Amino acid sequence: MNSLIRDSLDHCVKCTICETFCPVSQATPLFPGPKYVGPQAERYRGAGASVDHSVDYCSGCGICTQVCPQDVKIAEINSRARAKMWERRGVPLRNQLIARPTVIGRLGTPVAPLANWALHNRTIRGVVQSVVGIHRDAPMPSFAGKTFQRRSRNHHGPQSAPAVVYFHGCGTNYYEPLVGEMTVAVLEHNGFRVIVPPQDCCGLPLQSNGNFPAARTYVRRLVDHLAPHARAGLPIVANSTSCGLMLKREAHEILGIEDDDLKVVSESMYDLCEFLLHLHDRGELRTDFGSLPMTVPYHAPCQQRGHGIGKPALDLLALVPELQMIELDADCCGIAGTYGLKKEKYDISMTVGKRLFDDITATGSDLAACDSETCRWQITHGTGVKSVHPIELLYRAYGLDRPTRAAPLGTAATVSG
Amino acid sequence: MSYDTVVVGAGLAGLTAALRLSERRRRVLVVARGVGATHLAPATVEVLGYLGDNRVLSPAASLPALSNGHPYGHVSVDQVTTALAWFCAHTASLGYAGSLDENMLLPTPIGVPKPSAFAPRSMAGGDVRNGGRFVFVGLRGFKDFHPMLIADNLRHARLPQPIETRALELEPPASRMGDLSGRVIAGRFDTQNLADWLVGALDGRTDADERIGLPAVLGLRSGDAIWQDLEKRLQRRVFEVATLPPSLPGIRLYQALANALRVSGAHIVLGVRAVGTRAVGGRIEAVEVANATGTVTYPVTSVVLASGGFASGGLELDSFGTTRETVFDLPLIGLAETDRVRFAPHYFDAQPLATAGVATDDLLRPVDGSGNPVYENLHAAGAILGGATPWKEKSGTGISVVTGYAAAEAILAPAARPVPEAVG
Repeated sequence: MNSLIRDSLDHCVKCTICETFCPVSQATPLFPGPKYVGPQAERYRGAGASVDHSVDYCSGCGICTQVCPQDVKIAEINSRARAKMWERRGVPLRNQLIARPTVIGRLGTPVAPLANWALHNRTIRGVVQSVVGIHRDAPMPSFAGKTFQRRSRNHHGPQSAPAVVYFHGCGTNYYEPLVGEMTVAVLEHNGFRVIVPPQDCCGLPLQSNGNFPAARTYVRRLVDHLAPHARAGLPIVANSTSCGLMLKREAHEILGIEDDDLKVVSESMYDLCEFLLHLHDRGELRTDFGSLPMTVPYHAPCQQRGHGIGKPALDLLALVPELQMIELDADCCGIAGTYGLKKEKYDISMTVGKRLFDDITATGSDLAACDSETCRWQITHGTGVKSVHPIELLYRAYGLDRPTRAAPLGTAATVSG
Repeated sequence: MSYDTVVVGAGLAGLTAALRLSERRRRVLVVARGVGATHLAPATVEVLGYLGDNRVLSPAASLPALSNGHPYGHVSVDQVTTALAWFCAHTASLGYAGSLDENMLLPTPIGVPKPSAFAPRSMAGGDVRNGGRFVFVGLRGFKDFHPMLIADNLRHARLPQPIETRALELEPPASRMGDLSGRVIAGRFDTQNLADWLVGALDGRTDADERIGLPAVLGLRSGDAIWQDLEKRLQRRVFEVATLPPSLPGIRLYQALANALRVSGAHIVLGVRAVGTRAVGGRIEAVEVANATGTVTYPVTSVVLASGGFASGGLELDSFGTTRETVFDLPLIGLAETDRVRFAPHYFDAQPLATAGVATDDLLRPVDGSGNPVYENLHAAGAILGGATPWKEKSGTGISVVTGYAAAEAILAPAARPVPEAVG
């Protein structure tokens, strides 16, 4: 696989299509563009140290690979080059820290009120920026306190129904457990028994921060939890589009993991909206939706588009009476996972996201929808508009909030910064 | 999701076919490995520029000379006219100008007058047919536009009327962006009022009867409006000249079509690959598309193949000399005989594989050696069609628009479609 990715650079015809789409190279001169840093520079990256460190400014959004008509794996080449560079230079402490959401989650959860106070405290954030290098204004979600894993232990759903496995990811576990509960509720409403296996980080943040060995360890650990279910023929659904894509493709393509367990997990993995739309295609999705008389702009995150499944969220939400979705066409919100948290990249990420922020603001809506959690936090940070996973709209349209009188739309996450 | 039609390819032909179908309420999915040649080509529509070595003055008058083996041989001049009128109406943000009755002669990035039937109105002022005085203005540091080369070559070009040209180079205001790409400059026109600077920098440097040719980078989101504003403020005829790739007018065209598709409810999925079909009795029942995880099967009632030629990977020549159509493995015409060389010694010679592609019937359905459709519900459009030499004829964009539209029409009303008048 290593060589397949590298060999794809020979397909590059220098057409510049990736350059016209790259959101980062249009925001900063520090990143000379995917064609230069990817297929062109890769030719000069032999065994020795590369003198060019601009690859660190690639955000890894993956748009270049999506639009390349010649199948050059540009983002993947960059990701591997970045890992090689950090392998030689040593991954800095900051990048080691922000790339381990489970570690942060486990540290912050027991002391959630204190941790959240610290995250909102300007002075502390200023100190963190100087000492650690996380930008003081970067969007940080609040710890929920009680994790989704803990909450789901006390949940007793139907036992006899067909089963589906839920891969909720770290964002849901530590910061947005309500999104997890809504996902479970919608799946159960459609007659499923939802299995929530113990699970850890998928390794994506470590991969994007260039620590491949640690990323591989996380992938293996997660796959150990999921593979038995996949082997039993159960579908796995993920509400985090980036973590889902990690298991579908990137762990194999970028980290180079060749593993039967990973393979069977990949093949069983569905994005949540993709899964629900498949149900609908088979006539198995319940459509007892109540009206949601509102207009909501929708942003399909870069990693969602990387699945190559279209925009199933829009197809699903089109089933909800009186709900009008506005499909936005801005490419990227800028955050790219942990990219926009870094003090030297925060301004770039906000410049990248400006087009999306402006488009959302122009709709006049006080709510936006987006599948990926870090993108939602960035959208809220950049616009002041609350941002929800599409599942929250479906949950509301099904009327599943009525028995519990859940909080108003968009309260699943609180973002500081 | 169920779709009526899957369109393979997101270039000009695929987008045209998709939009025509989608506006007629067909559910359309466009799948493509990536973006097509729109981002590279100048967005002008070349219907027919040359027949042999002769420059075509009127495409409408010359189209009937093309034989049935040519993609245009399957459509009447009326159909060409209808398709192009539809195209111009659906790309209003670019404001296409021109006519099928006479070709403009628009300067290329190396100063060759290229016969084009239609062009975005921001480019149409570059028509050199009637002679006159032209000044080409470059931006120092922008390496994809060379005004002196254009001015010099146009002076030596074979033109119906005498022409006077000169070049100017301006120093754009400093930018924190290092490399000046067309995309970056266009962004500055959109957001930083680069037009104000340009008006000031050109003050007193042109004569009232000179036309001003600028690189086609006058903004991406508001290119047409910026061009109109410049014409008004400079009180000169101003026009955009195609640059080396990427092409900003081409990106505007892609965005106009993609936006129209989005509004009409069609879906575009990039970065995936159509890999095969499920067919029953000569009819495609479903298209198989490879994405991040594996293969998704989309049931369809019809398919448009607009995957492009060799350059876009719709056709492939392997190292053993075998040429194949890469999606459905369709029969091809225009192949070199096996015992002959596959490349002519000189680049601009008649290349043996130049006209390779699929042959179709008049409903643009790919046919086998005996002229029977391979699948009754598969239609082809654009550069995958054999029998043309687009680079030489200057017919590529015209073929894409016309056959994309005609393929959609064949799907919409196969029975009601009139028998085309014999064009050749």
